[in-house]
Amino acid sequence: MEIDADAPHSMGTTIIGVTYNGGVVLGADSRTSTGVYVANRASDKITQLTDNVYVCRSGSAADSQIVSDYVRYFLHQHTIQLGQPATVKVAANLVRLLAYNNKNMLQTGLIVGGWDKYEGGKIYGIPLGGTIIEQPFAIGGSGSSYLYGFFDQAWKEGMTKDEAEQLVVKAVSLAIARDGASGGVVRTVIINSEGVTRNFYPGDKLPLWYEELEPQFSLLDIPSSPGPEPMNI
Amino acid sequence: MSSIGTGYDLSVTTFSPDGRVFQIEYAAKAVDNSGTVIGIKCKDGIVMGVEKLIASKMMLPGSNRRIHSVHRHSGMAVAGLAADGRQIVARAKSEATNYESVYGEQIPVKELAERVASYVHLCTLYWWLRPFGCGVILGGYDRDGPQLYMVEPSGISYRYFGAAIGKGRQAAKTEIEKLKLSEMTCRQGVIEVAKIIYGVHDEAKDKAFELEMSWVCDESNRQHQKVPDELLEEAKAAAKAALEEMDAD
Repeated sequence: MEIDADAPHSMGTTIIGVTYNGGVVLGADSRTSTGVYVANRASDKITQLTDNVYVCRSGSAADSQIVSDYVRYFLHQHTIQLGQPATVKVAANLVRLLAYNNKNMLQTGLIVGGWDKYEGGKIYGIPLGGTIIEQPFAIGGSGSSYLYGFFDQAWKEGMTKDEAEQLVVKAVSLAIARDGASGGVVRTVIINSEGVTRNFYPGDKLPLWYEELEPQFSLLDIPSSPGPEPMNI
Repeated sequence: MSSIGTGYDLSVTTFSPDGRVFQIEYAAKAVDNSGTVIGIKCKDGIVMGVEKLIASKMMLPGSNRRIHSVHRHSGMAVAGLAADGRQIVARAKSEATNYESVYGEQIPVKELAERVASYVHLCTLYWWLRPFGCGVILGGYDRDGPQLYMVEPSGISYRYFGAAIGKGRQAAKTEIEKLKLSEMTCRQGVIEVAKIIYGVHDEAKDKAFELEMSWVCDESNRQHQKVPDELLEEAKAAAKAALEEMDAD
């Protein structure tokens, strides 16, 4: 099979942003693909815009990077002008102005999430055409198709920080299991009044799904080390 | 009589030997000669009042507005050359709407004051532009609470608890300092502002005047608006009564 190395880098992707009681948790997979070739299996799709606002990027890698760079620049100037940190709403609005006004040229879906002292933790989804929508949780990327039903069932209001992070990790790993364009590791970023925490979940730390268990054909086969417990919903 | 800057006062781009720009000081005189304008910051909002000197008996009451809404959450009271004031208000309105369309939130009052001040200052930098002959009191209520700013023709802008410009500003400032603003609500503040304006009005020198007042407070739902008619009448009555009390002494 011919690999087209000149094909634009796309992030097949699963990205998620979830609010909880006190802040937000952002999560993403780490696969960047060029056609079927995985150009980067450990990319970081959660990008910083300011100390308290981050963005999850999906779609064209180049487009999402350039939008993030511009918004980071504008927000930096805005912060200096205002004399205090920018709000999540302002960051999200700047992202959507770029996404909307350049809709013919860009192909990127973004999730802006962060914490500010006026509104607390907020998530804004900015899909392809440049709409902006404030949501208690948002999902995006090709892997998100497999998560709509999951979130309808598993999402609840007022979760704790740990509950929210576990939900995000579980969701991304479910999507990775089913979406060929998502894979690699799961990265999460937790933002609240205390600051920002980055977490990293490599493949062996992720919950295993039913079909991925080692097949056991004989009772004489003793597995060398007991694998992690399979997950039940 | 203040010093005359003979020779150094012809252009706003000329400094005098003692480091003053006389054109800006003359612009401030235009403000000093206008009717008194007061603003106070109460614990739940801002109240602004203007002593509108009536030029002609044939003018309709309520015309020649001196207080303008800049945006939903803020307003401006103007003293000095009215036409210059209109220009500043137009610029402030445009800055406010532009900010909202770029940043998606209402312009913070501090930012608005800075933009207005820097626009006024701009006109003191070029020989082909004259300085604005008006001072502005800007009051607004944003997510950081109620704030009051005053912008002078030089482009200086400071934040105040209470501010006064125009003819009766010295007397007005003395009166404002006597008030306990941090404990006062805007309802009470409206009465106090009316009393002060009636108090500093000089019956001998100036003829009739009309009182114009506005507020932005919790009671007005953080929107800048004219003080409601019944409250305005109540304030005027209280102010007239207070005057008579003083005269009776």
